[in-house]
Amino acid sequence: MNITELTVHELKEKLEKKELTSYEITKAYTDRMAEKEKDVQAFVTTLEDDALEKAKEMDKKIESGEAKSTLSGIPIGIKDNICTKGVKTTCSSKMLEDFIAPYDATVMEKINNEELINLGKLNMDEFAMGGSTEHSYFHVTRNPWNLNKVPGGSSGGSAAAVAAGMVPWALGTDTGGSIREPAAFCGVVGLKPTYGLVSRYGVVAFASSLDQVGPITKDVTDSAMLLNIIAGKDNMDTTSVERPKIDYVQALKNDVKGLKIAVPKEFFGEGINTEVKENLEKAIETYKELGAEVKEVSLDIAEYALASYYIIACAEASSNLGRFDGVRYGHRAKEYSNVKELITNSRTEGFGPEVKRRIILGTYVLSSGYYDAYYKKAQQVRTLVMNEFKKVLDNYDVILTPTSPTVAFDIGSKINDPLAMYLADICTVSVNIAGLPGISIPCGVDKEGMPVGMQLIGNRFAEETLLNAAYTFEQKIKFREQYKPEFKK
Amino acid sequence: MVRDGYEVIIGLEVHAELSTKTKIFCSCPTTFGAEPNTHTCPICMGMPGTLPVLNEKVVEYAVKAGLATNCEIERNSKNDRKNYFYPDLPKAYQISQYDKPLCNHGYIEIEDDEGNKKKVRLLRIHIEEDAGKLNHDEYTGGSLVDLNRAGVPLIEIVSEPDLRSSGEADRYLKKLKSILQYIEVSDCKMEEGSLRADVNVSVRKVGDTKLGTRTEMKNMNSFKSITRAIDYEVTRQIDVLEEGGKVEQESLRWDEVSGKTFPMRDKEDAQDYRYFPDPDLVAINLSEEYIENLKNTLPELPESRKERYINEYNLSEKDANIITSSKYLSDLFEEASEVCGNRKAVNNWIISDISRILNEKELEADQIPFTAEHLGHLVELIDKGTISSSIGKKVIEELFENPKEPEEIIKEKGWIQISDEGAIKEVVLKVLEENPNSVADYKAGKERAIGFLVGQAMKATKGKANPQMLNKMLKEELSK
Repeated sequence: MNITELTVHELKEKLEKKELTSYEITKAYTDRMAEKEKDVQAFVTTLEDDALEKAKEMDKKIESGEAKSTLSGIPIGIKDNICTKGVKTTCSSKMLEDFIAPYDATVMEKINNEELINLGKLNMDEFAMGGSTEHSYFHVTRNPWNLNKVPGGSSGGSAAAVAAGMVPWALGTDTGGSIREPAAFCGVVGLKPTYGLVSRYGVVAFASSLDQVGPITKDVTDSAMLLNIIAGKDNMDTTSVERPKIDYVQALKNDVKGLKIAVPKEFFGEGINTEVKENLEKAIETYKELGAEVKEVSLDIAEYALASYYIIACAEASSNLGRFDGVRYGHRAKEYSNVKELITNSRTEGFGPEVKRRIILGTYVLSSGYYDAYYKKAQQVRTLVMNEFKKVLDNYDVILTPTSPTVAFDIGSKINDPLAMYLADICTVSVNIAGLPGISIPCGVDKEGMPVGMQLIGNRFAEETLLNAAYTFEQKIKFREQYKPEFKK
Repeated sequence: MVRDGYEVIIGLEVHAELSTKTKIFCSCPTTFGAEPNTHTCPICMGMPGTLPVLNEKVVEYAVKAGLATNCEIERNSKNDRKNYFYPDLPKAYQISQYDKPLCNHGYIEIEDDEGNKKKVRLLRIHIEEDAGKLNHDEYTGGSLVDLNRAGVPLIEIVSEPDLRSSGEADRYLKKLKSILQYIEVSDCKMEEGSLRADVNVSVRKVGDTKLGTRTEMKNMNSFKSITRAIDYEVTRQIDVLEEGGKVEQESLRWDEVSGKTFPMRDKEDAQDYRYFPDPDLVAINLSEEYIENLKNTLPELPESRKERYINEYNLSEKDANIITSSKYLSDLFEEASEVCGNRKAVNNWIISDISRILNEKELEADQIPFTAEHLGHLVELIDKGTISSSIGKKVIEELFENPKEPEEIIKEKGWIQISDEGAIKEVVLKVLEENPNSVADYKAGKERAIGFLVGQAMKATKGKANPQMLNKMLKEELSK
């Protein structure tokens, strides 16, 4: 049995049947990290020793019946923009290179309440800005399917670590596709929940009205299990929403008969790679075979969503990142002769080029005289995007699109072309703009063996429908049994 | 004092600290004077990932302030971010309200310089968070940041440019302060900075319809300096215009020592605050029912108390004005009257001795150290004849120094009035014996001589003899 290839629901079963101990599981993962991390470089901070220590503790608790949950003792990886008390939270930035939060994010508290074991903090694009994890201050993370390709981003470390079997599952964050795109590039499952389903407290903000935490997992069942843990209203986050408690695993029925699927033609047009399109068309056929009703629709607002996304996200980021001024925490410049220089020099040195680009863009669009033309207009477009999606979702259960116009691209190929990098988000950003849930699951590979992701979009708080649609497809095509990452060099 | 031909235009932006127990976006206490950075948490320190949660009491207090100043209450309001960098502003933005303040278009009634009633219009009242404080570090010469005040709730009350003199500005501020104290939303302690004002001043030729260029004096926190600063600034601006110059629109700093204004070094007017709605906070939606309920909980306001004092208690308008100018004085009046049942006496004590001592000691009414019970009991002691009113004056002085029950004070000091007939008779006989000349004068028809004899008897009893009894007995003995 190869432990690191098992899903979390399989690990849980083995723990329950006492076929495995927490220590055996954790040790298998730390061994795998020792073997693969040098190639993949998914982590910013690894916690092998702590994790093994904690695993021993958990085994004792399990033995004595004191374990708090059925998942007690199972490891996890955490994206490095989620605050973890006592462990560095760097956002992959020089600015926070040595920052240790004195508090846990709410999602982290929930993870700790389940007694999951944190294996380490996962690499990302600096402050979650980017789609390739090349914008990390520390190092570039590589795609386990082909080490010369990007893992996607910004949760590239999370997706690569799950794909490489270095963590059984992970938390990511998604502002414009940062969970779904890396999940697609790395052949794993990534879910961005409805805005408001998961607390943002303790998640270092990029764009507050768009950010959501979500699971990156090996399969849909694990995704549902992790969502069960992290979902729920939090009094520390007023944008989180009170909802009846749902068991998302119960929603997985392996049945999509009568499910109404909308396929917006604009997501299959110009700029979409042919092989991606072919794989998606196969997926559509699969759904039809499974008894779903698939119809083509029009969602022509999507291209405007991208423009409004970059205005809103950058505007909010320019304000959210103001607090990194070198005064109370984070990087402080050595050279300064007054307060203004202290702040300017600290920020100049502490932020990377992509972060600076977005701060400048965001500052510009909020400036007096430009506010109406950019920010206000973008918010109006946002309302239109919501309305357009609502119209479609009033008549359909899910919307099916590619997750990304392409498969994972070569490291370095877009790093100097920010516009090309931004365009890669075209399929995912409208979901954030509209506040809807979206999931990416692998639906095939291209000729080079790189995974292709399919995105399903649901109604607000319709994660059950979304997860069941994804699960039923997954059970049919059994992607994980056919394809495995090969760490091609 | 304003030169002929000129008109003064003043508008005020007042920041009042709300007296909620906790801060506006976290549960840290708001108490003044704690050790630096002890009333802080990750939220008010602006740590990464933390989020604000709006304190509902802040909304309640601000709406009350709006209702008490005749404002329209905004049913759908929101919070906005005001972005700028400064070390005392941990998030690099202040959460405030931009285009949808909680309260709009109110007014406060004051008296103008001729004593006529005048409405001063309010443009708006909005809620916002206070910033921290920079303290100069005497040892290293650097600055230290204290974030205890960061996140303390404020309301900003913006007036229209309706004020026409420093006197009006002063009366407006005092009225505003007393309203906020009456409705108990702010203690308005100026010495602790919980009431501060930005003062906008311009002048124009009488008859001009266009406003002159204004200057703004920031962060003023004493009534006296505000009056002085306005008078100085008006003179300065008129001088500039008379000499053919132009008034620059700028922010000024008032220097108390030199009595002059100086331009502030950083040009704050050039700042672009890039306001936008705070995406971390949901909209503030108030129901009719909520507003109606708050309306019903509003206490009696100074104007209405004043009317009541004049009409029901027969106080003079002048006295009623003085007493209702401060909620503390007004409460003192009502409670002490309740204790002793002699409203007229309590009124007199407040108007005369208490007001005089407050003035001498430069104290605000809310700094009176004794209680309404103390004052009530003092009046009772006089009414019962235990002490005379001249001893009463000494007791009031003592109450300011060392507040305790008046009865204890007079016992300790031996101030109890002598009302014992035998004791008084003894003194009277002794005085008559020692002053045969005065007795002869009196008997010869010089009635004034009795005054001297009373004085001698009082001197002998150290002022403690019951004056009525003393008078009566003297006359009796003299007519024998």
